[in-house]
Amino acid sequence: MPEPNVNNKQPSYLEFQGRFKGLAGWIFSTDHKRIGLLYLYAIMTFFLVGAILGVLMRIELISPGETIMKAQTYNGVFTLHGIIMIFLVVIPGLAAVFGNFFLPIMIGAKDVAFPRLNLLSWWIYFFGAVLAVMSQFVGNGPPDTGWTFYAPYSTQTGTNVVAAVTAAFVLGFSSILTGINFIVTIHRMRAPGMTWFRMPLFPWSLYATAWIQVLATPIIGITLLMVVAERVLRIGFFDPSLGGDPILYQHLFWIYSHPAVYIMILPAMGVITEIIPTFCRQKVYGYKAIALSSLAIAGVGYLVWGHHMFTSGMSVTARWIFSLLTFIVAVPSAIKVFNWIATMYKGSIDLQPPFLFALAFIFLFMIGGMTGLLLGSLAVNVQVHDTSFVVAHFHYIIFGGMGFAFFAGIHYWFPKMYGRMFNIKLANIGIAILFVGFNVLYFPLFVIGVQGMPRRYYDYLPQFHTGHFISTIGSFILAIGLIVMLYNLFYSARKGAIAPANPWGSQSLEWTIPSPPPVENFEEIPVITEDPYNYK
Amino acid sequence: MESVVTHAEHRDDFGAKLGMWIFIFTELLLFGGLFLVYAVYRRLYPADFHDAALELNAFLGTLNTVALLISSMTVAMSLTAVQKGNQKLAARLILVTILMGVFFLFNKYHEWGTEIRDGLYPGSENLMGQAHGVTLFFGLYFFMTGLHMLHMLVGMILLIVTWVKIKSGAINSERYVLLENGSLYWCLVDLIWIFLFPLLYLIP
Repeated sequence: MPEPNVNNKQPSYLEFQGRFKGLAGWIFSTDHKRIGLLYLYAIMTFFLVGAILGVLMRIELISPGETIMKAQTYNGVFTLHGIIMIFLVVIPGLAAVFGNFFLPIMIGAKDVAFPRLNLLSWWIYFFGAVLAVMSQFVGNGPPDTGWTFYAPYSTQTGTNVVAAVTAAFVLGFSSILTGINFIVTIHRMRAPGMTWFRMPLFPWSLYATAWIQVLATPIIGITLLMVVAERVLRIGFFDPSLGGDPILYQHLFWIYSHPAVYIMILPAMGVITEIIPTFCRQKVYGYKAIALSSLAIAGVGYLVWGHHMFTSGMSVTARWIFSLLTFIVAVPSAIKVFNWIATMYKGSIDLQPPFLFALAFIFLFMIGGMTGLLLGSLAVNVQVHDTSFVVAHFHYIIFGGMGFAFFAGIHYWFPKMYGRMFNIKLANIGIAILFVGFNVLYFPLFVIGVQGMPRRYYDYLPQFHTGHFISTIGSFILAIGLIVMLYNLFYSARKGAIAPANPWGSQSLEWTIPSPPPVENFEEIPVITEDPYNYK
Repeated sequence: MESVVTHAEHRDDFGAKLGMWIFIFTELLLFGGLFLVYAVYRRLYPADFHDAALELNAFLGTLNTVALLISSMTVAMSLTAVQKGNQKLAARLILVTILMGVFFLFNKYHEWGTEIRDGLYPGSENLMGQAHGVTLFFGLYFFMTGLHMLHMLVGMILLIVTWVKIKSGAINSERYVLLENGSLYWCLVDLIWIFLFPLLYLIP
């Protein structure tokens, strides 16, 4: 095990007094660790807002008919829930928070390649977030298109679509700049001796993610600009009455938005890949396969967007090709799952909270992934298209996958980020409640989805009542779990016991420096002489 | 405490150029989306696109293409001049580049002005009364050239910054990555126009 270097004389990044004091010392700081925390706080805040909106929707659906809101309000609420959760929470998500904080440390660098650009990315994100929230309150009422902004409705509805679409465009810009920054950082700033295949797997996943961010985001950018132009200037790109083609909008939208799913999930897989070897005291099984499968997912994931449009009108040939590619993209994902499980085999497993979250991740991600294959097959897709089956699948992947990986990551790296430990017993209780609540909330949606419950409806037929009722109860349980977890984290960040440099006995670089890290991470740039997960 | 931390300057010209190249990829993809839309609608409405393209002023388009090609040359020459230590020449060449950009925008202003006078702008009664393909062509024309002009403006601001820095000596034969990146960006603007020009003006 590498000896933690506790003799570093630098102040920690939390104490370091830069050019500015107080709040300005954070929002104008170019330190990647502070920027990571800025993203963390912003994302946590928006996550809570999105979660509250989610619970409100569940309450509306607890019984048939109007319960607490009218149909139009419900349309606004699910749109806002989608915009916030997708564009403000999960797309920046793990890459912006843990990527910023740990990428430079894990590759033995003092910061990212372009620290000022990094700060600019955060400001653009912040500006986009303000615009997104504003779109709800100015103009002619909150947008009611859903987060997908499908044309031609999005070009015709009287609600405030322009502001929301512009916000998504601005947020995309932030995502691109972060992607460029990470690619250059990984190419240029790895410590001496850290060859590509000595790089830890979380940076590998960030590398694949960054390429998707760079290559896919411009497409959504131009598409959203076209929607704005259509609304403001009456250019008929997507309006059939002006000669445009609404299906073309769907293609352009999903060319980005399907790869975006991998922007969300790849860093999550990277975090899980860091956690599992640490708590199994075992070298990660199939290092190269995991590293390269990230690139494979990024590559193939670019070519499967058509599976969102099986019922929109596409040739049979196009449909089966997209279906085939969808099945192929499951292969690299499965490689990762098998390798995680193989890493546990014969390991000396230490059941700490981050590892429990990782186990929950694997379980939920597998349900999400398997139902994804059902959706990818043409015949089943026609049956369950636009039903709550899709909602359940999506939430199993995004919340069960990316969300739980986020929770895993924050518990894993919390001692490093704040230099304090959280209460392990309380964290375990939180995990149990979250896991139960999650499944009670989303599993019934699979069942009523197959039975025919459409998504995005605020009302339903009586036969779906039981499923919706159970699901709403699940949302309450999940909310309690979130409160327990967040209470534990907030309390521990200020009052927790002081954490040692390497509380989990991990091998990777970030644990060789003091907790919390010194302002420039390393006193001396380390020289890497061995593989990242050398446990035996 | 402060004395312990020494902020050694991190300088990596290769990395800065790598970042610029990746940014240029994203710009190409941004316009790539528009080229895709253009291709789809050209295939749907070949006859209308033919008629609409004949309305454009190919002479002004050619003039602008020449201007941009010259400007790309001068910006590249300016880089060589800086590398050889000739600051004065480099600054002048940047000025020529900016002037070529102004010339382009001036022409474009007149071109747009004529088209708007003829009622060919999106949303005008005249254009809305025409065939779908014609409306779409002019929608695309204004959107694509408009977005391109926006990029030109950004490029020209970048060039003005480099001009100031060449004058002050902040860009010199030892340190010229900003000029290099600025000229890369300017050549991107030129490159996109090289594709826009035949698609809009030359293949009716």
